[in-house]
Amino acid sequence: MIGRRRTGLGHRTVAVRAAGYSLRLRPRALAAGAAIAAVVLLATVVAIGSGEFPMSPVEVLRTLAGHGAPSEAFIVEQVRLPRAVTAVLAGGALGLAGAVFQSVVRNPLGSPDVLGFTGGAAAGALATIVLAGGGSLALPIGAVAGGVTTGVVIYALAWRRGVTGYRLVLVGIGVAAVLTGLNGYLLSRARIVDAQRAVLWLTGSLDGRGWGEALPLLGAMLLVAPLLLYGGRDVAMMEMGDELACALGIPVQRRRLLVLAGAVVLTSCAAAATGPVAFVALTGPQLARRLTGAPGPNLLASLGTGSALLVTADLAAQRVVPGHQLPAGVVTGVLGGGYLVWLLTTERKAGRL
Amino acid sequence: MSHTTSPTSRPGVTTDRRDLPGTRLALARTVGLLAAIVVLAAVAVLSIGLGARPLSLPEVWHGLVERTSTTYPVVHELRLPRTLLGLLAGMALGLAGGVMQALTRNPLADPGLLGINSGASAAVASAILFLGVRTFPGYVWFALLGAAAVSVLVYVVGGGRGATPARLALAGAGLNAALYSYISAIMLLDTASLDRMRFWTLGSLASARTGTVLRLAPFIAVGVVVALALARPLNALALGDDSAKALGAHPARIRAAAVVAVTLLCGAATAACGPIVFVGLMVPHVVRTLSGPDLRWALPYCAVLAPALLLGADVLGRVLGRPGELEVGIVTCALGGPFFVHFVRRRHLAPA
Repeated sequence: MIGRRRTGLGHRTVAVRAAGYSLRLRPRALAAGAAIAAVVLLATVVAIGSGEFPMSPVEVLRTLAGHGAPSEAFIVEQVRLPRAVTAVLAGGALGLAGAVFQSVVRNPLGSPDVLGFTGGAAAGALATIVLAGGGSLALPIGAVAGGVTTGVVIYALAWRRGVTGYRLVLVGIGVAAVLTGLNGYLLSRARIVDAQRAVLWLTGSLDGRGWGEALPLLGAMLLVAPLLLYGGRDVAMMEMGDELACALGIPVQRRRLLVLAGAVVLTSCAAAATGPVAFVALTGPQLARRLTGAPGPNLLASLGTGSALLVTADLAAQRVVPGHQLPAGVVTGVLGGGYLVWLLTTERKAGRL
Repeated sequence: MSHTTSPTSRPGVTTDRRDLPGTRLALARTVGLLAAIVVLAAVAVLSIGLGARPLSLPEVWHGLVERTSTTYPVVHELRLPRTLLGLLAGMALGLAGGVMQALTRNPLADPGLLGINSGASAAVASAILFLGVRTFPGYVWFALLGAAAVSVLVYVVGGGRGATPARLALAGAGLNAALYSYISAIMLLDTASLDRMRFWTLGSLASARTGTVLRLAPFIAVGVVVALALARPLNALALGDDSAKALGAHPARIRAAAVVAVTLLCGAATAACGPIVFVGLMVPHVVRTLSGPDLRWALPYCAVLAPALLLGADVLGRVLGRPGELEVGIVTCALGGPFFVHFVRRRHLAPA
């Protein structure tokens, strides 16, 4: 009989047992993860190969391996590779942070850009541009300082014998609204030249990002991401409810503080490198969840989808309007906005909103 | 107290209406409303009087009334249009907030927080950039369109049974983020737009001209009438659709009319002043402590106290921002943010 049969791969769990240890694997999640990683690599290679001097993927790989022509090597190593690496790292940071937030807040809309954390990074950076001229060192420091300070303030305001996702959401929304006003005020007080620079930065762009941005971000990711991935199991269990998680032996408030702190640091560092790119932290984890079909926050997969999203958005932004380079944040903003509307209506219909 | 007896009264039973608690309450509320109107008038006078050249009370009066006085041009060309704009916009935003909070049964509903004002702004920004529209009569229609689109979306999203305050607020915040990034993208494409928009998106009464105010008035007037007329139907809706239907109301029609009212009020106010946040949140809360949840009293109180708040914020902005001014949108943000956070912390809202 020739026909299709639904194998229910998404729900299957395979247990591998050997020498007294057992490991549970989800085939679909593994396959999805591998596919996401492949997409990221492919997109990165294509991104490196595109631009004013197009290079084929083979040439790109050859140049990366060290066998390319000197001019090509310069372009790849000094201009395009750092840009692509920044995109991968920033997208991964945003995806990871977004997954953590959405899990803690228990709402697919609870991403750091909506809850005011990204707005805090933006405020910090805007303050350095408007008040201090915003040199290339001051700007990222301002962004990180702003983001972390805002994170502390929101956490402190939401704390009332502990922090629940619910209060975090509401306080975050309030703080986000105030920060929008503050950012608007800073923008209006700047000179027009500074204002233009500020708005360009605020949209989120990878233009001109080099090793100076990529390496610090790499450092931050290497420090923080393992912490978050380690805490991922506890985050998954906290999704079942605070009381249940506590009964399972998880120190709920401490874990929550740890993962939120890590997520805020990642968001701020990503914003420091590229500016606050909108909606990667919102759509990346959702996409990862739908691809892997696995329960829980899907931290590693979100890292991958975040990277893939930002790299492809940057690629698209360079190509979509011929002769004019748009910032990547415009593409993510428009697509993310459309996705948000779709998400709202489907969640509403499913009764989850 | 004399006992007046009606023809159907029985001996020993008083029918003096002054004794009935409902009447005393209505009297108290009427007095309160009159007091609120007095407060509004005082703030309006303050708004006319304060500025780069402060005017005393007699000067304000002469400036309003006597054509030949020296303060007449200042008052009639600058201060009065600004005060009237603040009055109209404040009334619009306060009523819209009251209607939205009643409609979504959500104490956190505010047209600014739920993205309606951002929708109007995004439509205006698009008009400025793509169609070169420069003046209020041009972009008021776009603002109405933008406000309508987001109002419908918010109503669709927020009208479900599972829509808790946080979920609706989160949906609104997401929409705000999306629309704000769209507005930033527009500001990037054109420096001239950037220069206009970065002041306009703050929300300010500085662009008040008599012409603007006169053109704004019809939209706001219709919106106010619809909103006040919805007071009783929205009261019926407060206990749920089924109870409302049992009371003879038509929930779908009421919701549609509420969306129309909110669109008119927010769209027109945003077109004239730019997006102003938190007025529609703070005022209905304060009003509810004075008037109770009955919308037949709460909405008129909102209509009177919200302009008082907006004009007060404007006056504060002018005082704090000397010699320039601090835009009213910033002042309401600075006031409303802590209010919102304080409210969220104090009240035990049902968990998600």
